[in-house]
Amino acid sequence: MTSVPVKVINSVLSGLGRFSLMVAEVVRSLTTQRLSGRDLLDQLYFIGVKSQTVVLVTGAFTGMVLCAQTYFQFHKVKMDSATLAVVSVSMCGELGPVLTALMVAGRVGASMAAELGTMRVTEQIDALRTLATHPIDYLVVPRVVATMIAVPLLTAESITIGILAAYLVGVHLLQIDPGYSIVNMQRFTDHRDVLMGFIKAIIFGGIIATTGCYKGMHCGQGAEGVGHATTEAVVYASIAILMSNFFLTLLLTRLLALT
Amino acid sequence: MIEIRQLRKRFRDQQVLDGVDLTIENGESLVIIGRSGGGKSVLLKHIVGLTHPDSGEVLVNGQDIAHLNERELLGVRRKFGMLFQSAALFDSLTVEENIAFVLARERNHTPEEIARRVAEALDMVEMPGIQKKKPAELSGGMRKRVGLARAIIYRPEVVFYDEPTTGLDPVVSDSIDKLIVRVCERLKVTTVVITHDMRSMQTVGRRVAMLHQGRIYATGSPQELMAATDPVISRFVRGISDEKVHTF
Ligand SMILES: Nc1ncnc2c1ncn2[C@@H]1O[C@H](COP(=O)(O)OP(=O)(O)OP(=O)(O)O)[C@@H](O)[C@H]1O
Ligand SMILES: [Mg+2]
Repeated sequence: MTSVPVKVINSVLSGLGRFSLMVAEVVRSLTTQRLSGRDLLDQLYFIGVKSQTVVLVTGAFTGMVLCAQTYFQFHKVKMDSATLAVVSVSMCGELGPVLTALMVAGRVGASMAAELGTMRVTEQIDALRTLATHPIDYLVVPRVVATMIAVPLLTAESITIGILAAYLVGVHLLQIDPGYSIVNMQRFTDHRDVLMGFIKAIIFGGIIATTGCYKGMHCGQGAEGVGHATTEAVVYASIAILMSNFFLTLLLTRLLALT
Repeated sequence: MIEIRQLRKRFRDQQVLDGVDLTIENGESLVIIGRSGGGKSVLLKHIVGLTHPDSGEVLVNGQDIAHLNERELLGVRRKFGMLFQSAALFDSLTVEENIAFVLARERNHTPEEIARRVAEALDMVEMPGIQKKKPAELSGGMRKRVGLARAIIYRPEVVFYDEPTTGLDPVVSDSIDKLIVRVCERLKVTTVVITHDMRSMQTVGRRVAMLHQGRIYATGSPQELMAATDPVISRFVRGISDEKVHTF
């Protein structure tokens, strides 16, 4: 009999192995197979257009609360006009991409896992394979590509809305001086912050779609298996986003400092 | 030609296939019978490479498909058509998109040609005019017939039918059996049918193989099996269970 820890380590390692194989197959498919434009558009519509509300609401309220809280602290040291600069730097580099990605993971990652999981337990994925179609080409690649396109765009939107909402709160509610605020904002936010947010968003998009698809394609039996797969897709993607965000910040700050 | 040699597969502690040997000749029509849960569907999934065996070989025209990767298998599978026991229609697509799936992905057919062939296929399974319906709106038997249309529309060389008539009324069952025979004879396709229906077996099969306890227990013509004196075979074809009748 193998002991419990050994079994756990075994299953974690084999899971990582299968995940890497799937990612490798996605890359191979992208370089060798033609991607269907219609499949991609369908996914883009579902991921991008249908996520508007969540992303806009998240962006706006994050920008607003960030502005208010920063103002309350900065006001004590008479630095009111730096408030919006803090908002814009943190929205661009951290909060915009991370919060957008978390919201998309909850919405899109979960539905990918549920959809592919249901297809697996009802033998639709087997049927796809007998119809001479690789499930990676038909199901996974369009989802991964669409998410990697949609998340950066949604992030840009959420950053824009967040800063606008912060401006409205700061200038109209908290009476911050608009002229100085904007000058400061432009002085402290540079293209590196924007680029950092953009690169992170692309990577997060990849994490969300590959985790969702992997969990769906390898889900257990029956309705219970699909349920587990859905939950795990969201939990794993969220954890992976938060953890990789830290390392990406360190890495990208170094790399972008060279530019 | 498909040759299966010493195929073994176990799920956890259950040895489902325990050394299956079977040869399927080009153009023949073979019926596989056997007890429910006996591993017939599992055997079929091994032949089309959906499941990998623990040991043994599946040779398709001399090529061992048990050791091909998924992408290499796609080329082999293009020659196969398969009707799943559960039909396994894509529930996000309409009936038309389901049936046209392979043709639409091949990109060398015009939309008009695809529409015409889908209509023909639906006529063949006696369900014209349901192109725009979703699988969820169909009954079990209708789904099975759509699955059948999907499996034969792209003219495969070998068609596998997993219980094509289960859940259909006797009249439709008979017409499906005749359709299978027609497809086999007219398109010269190799036909492999799993069935529990002895009447189908006699209509469709030129040769019958019985799967019992993980092996091919017997093969022969339908008449030979119907007349067999071996207790396992004769009980099966006459539908007699070996349980005692319990009185409660
Ligand atoms: N993926 C799987 N995991 C575990 N066990 C399985 C799996 N697929 C099949 N089995 C087991 O293998 C055995 C054979 O199943 P199979 O579906 O091939 O039976 P069958 O002969 O097609 O029966 P029926 O006539 O009822 O369709 C069953 O006992 C089933 O429990
Ligand atoms: Mg079966």
